[in-house]
Amino acid sequence: MIWLIGLGGSLGATARFLLGSFITNKAQRVHPFPIGTWIINITGSFLLGIIAGLHQTNQISDWVWGFLGVGFCGAYTTFSTFGHETITLIQTNKIKLAIIYVLTSVIIGGISAWAGLVI
Amino acid sequence: MNVLAVMLGGFFGAVCRYALGEWIPTTNGFPLGTLLINLIGCIFLGWFLTFVSQKKTIRPEFTLIIGTGFIGSFTTFSTFSVETIHLFQEGLVFLALLYILTTTILGLLLAYLGRKLAVTYKAKGDVV
Repeated sequence: MIWLIGLGGSLGATARFLLGSFITNKAQRVHPFPIGTWIINITGSFLLGIIAGLHQTNQISDWVWGFLGVGFCGAYTTFSTFGHETITLIQTNKIKLAIIYVLTSVIIGGISAWAGLVI
Repeated sequence: MNVLAVMLGGFFGAVCRYALGEWIPTTNGFPLGTLLINLIGCIFLGWFLTFVSQKKTIRPEFTLIIGTGFIGSFTTFSTFSVETIHLFQEGLVFLALLYILTTTILGLLLAYLGRKLAVTYKAKGDVV
């Protein structure tokens, strides 16, 4: 099990790295909002909601949950980068943007997880 | 090479999160494990990225293994979201709100503290 979680984690981290770099290259030259992490955390919350729902109703086995849920989704999304980016926004005096970033990440992330769970 | 560095860090980050999460008990339905994991990751990443940005000699692969790979994968936003919804669904509204507030407020404070620690350390180093 631990190997599957690690493997899922390495793929999740890679997906975050590649997608994050791609979005940041495209978008952040124009605007300082951390749109890459924002999209990653929201899509990951939705995906984990779906997988958690399937696991609860025994439609997927424990090893699929470990690989995709704990490993991939867990590593694809990140809280530490979210925290770091918020502090960076605050320290560069973009307080309003920081508040929008935190509120929308938490609220839309929660709604996405809920949507995934009930789907 | 960059992708391999992220993969390596991501592997151990996810494994450590799982191991630590299994080890910390969930008390009265409150997801203490994920909370502690995210808080530890916030202070460490804040310190690490600031520390690295001050040291020009550190190779970028090192930042990718530890920062993007390990800490990025160790902390998790999706589990935080799903656990919050589970608390709401079980009618534990107070715990859900407590979970959201402690995670975000303490997480941001610790990310700030981590950055501050690296800056203070650098300032002292300059004097010596």
